[in-house]
Amino acid sequence: MHYMFLIYNCEDRPRPGDPRFEEILTRVNAFADECRRRGAFVAGDPLKPVTTATTLRVRDGKALLTDGPFAETHEHLGGYYLLDCRDLDEALELAAMVPQAHFGSTIEVRPVDHIPGLNHGVA
Amino acid sequence: MSDLASAAVERVYREHRTRMLAALVRALGDFELAEDALQEACSQALRKWPRSQVPDDPFAWLLTVARNHALDRLRHAQMARTKLPAPPAPITMTEKQLVDLGDERLSLIFTCCHPALAEDARLALTLQAVAGFTAAQIARTFLVAEPALAQRLVRAKRKIRDAGITFEVPADHLLPERLQGVLGVLYLIFTRGYTTADASLRQEALRLGRLVAALMPDEPEAHGLVALMLLHDSRSAARLTADGDLVLFEDQDRTLWNADEISEGMALLDRALRFGSPGPYVLHAVIAALHVQDPVDWARVAALYAELLAVAPTPVVELNHAVAVAMTEGPPAGLELIDRITGLDSYHLLHSTRADLLRRLGRRSEAVEAYRLAHDLATTPADRRFLAGRLRSLEVS
Repeated sequence: MHYMFLIYNCEDRPRPGDPRFEEILTRVNAFADECRRRGAFVAGDPLKPVTTATTLRVRDGKALLTDGPFAETHEHLGGYYLLDCRDLDEALELAAMVPQAHFGSTIEVRPVDHIPGLNHGVA
Repeated sequence: MSDLASAAVERVYREHRTRMLAALVRALGDFELAEDALQEACSQALRKWPRSQVPDDPFAWLLTVARNHALDRLRHAQMARTKLPAPPAPITMTEKQLVDLGDERLSLIFTCCHPALAEDARLALTLQAVAGFTAAQIARTFLVAEPALAQRLVRAKRKIRDAGITFEVPADHLLPERLQGVLGVLYLIFTRGYTTADASLRQEALRLGRLVAALMPDEPEAHGLVALMLLHDSRSAARLTADGDLVLFEDQDRTLWNADEISEGMALLDRALRFGSPGPYVLHAVIAALHVQDPVDWARVAALYAELLAVAPTPVVELNHAVAVAMTEGPPAGLELIDRITGLDSYHLLHSTRADLLRRLGRRSEAVEAYRLAHDLATTPADRRFLAGRLRSLEVS
């Protein structure tokens, strides 16, 4: 079963050259290696900050754009993993190992839905 | 014959409902489908058994009919492309495998108490699926509207099916934590029965605790919880007057304590202690055991609460620790500990305990203020009457 890990509140990540960058990069890569070792890794990426977000709504056939994210909250989506897990227990076990979670991020774990007839999707 | 047949259906259902439901959830991977199928099998039995004979193995008969009914429903749903979602895994279990499955009740309990479900959903689901309560009964117990409770149950069952919560006893490395979760749900059911003076709810919590202990005989914490519940339950007749008023521990008539429950609790506790390195429930049970001794060894109670604070710290344990310290070292020491507790501001017992210590120290106006706060926060009529009485006696003195 595929699970999406939505990682909130992880935008203050260090950039190359920051003192903790190497240490955190090593930990994040080690997490992905553990997922690969289990055969769970499907995908995972950080997102650029919400200041780069554009939100689109279609009204009366017209696209309306707003500068900024969809939800007015303090916790923004900052990255994701897509993992293939045996069950929710394995997903939650891996979620607890996500390095960002140890630096104050919140992780929402959502199972990927399967819709008969859908012609795409990795699930 | 018809009466005999319906009596037979009722007997099998009463004795084996939980086991049959557990086997069907395992086979079908879907709570709602399993419940509907079991219901259908029972109504078929009520129709068919009077006309032929009660089958040799009614348990197997009901399971087989339920399984086949569920398969039919799924097939029809697929053909009609209705909304009934397919179970997460295809049903491959044969009739024989289903009947020979063995006891899956433990899997059922662990699934109902999965930490990915909200606490109130865990309680409700355990009472419904494992204990066999109706939604109406559970709604009455927890003072919620029945439609809201029914909705909560449906949501929990669908989350189990759709989020990939597996129907099994967790793997060894997850077991200690998950077992604490299961025991926590049973203890919450018990304490609900304790604060609302609902004896049948306490008995149900005890029955479920005994079931878990019987299915996991090598888990001292399971025995510890049963011992703890027995030792608390033994005092329930002395806790309230005939009018339903609260009787403080030190004023209780000890002849009203249930000696059978005390000796059974003590024996279970002995057994749990033989495993060594006691966990939280065993420690709580030892404390409860010290409370049925005369006189109570408050110094040991305080030491045990300190031990509990080291393994499973909670604000309520801190409060109980403070009470025991006040009993041995005097009210000022207890008060000092209470004033350091955070996170219990809306718990009436924190304020009533503080009030009692302030009263004993002669700090009357502070005591009145604390009793008033406790009174306004108390949830049961018995607690409120007791605190109102305390307030009156302080205000006239």
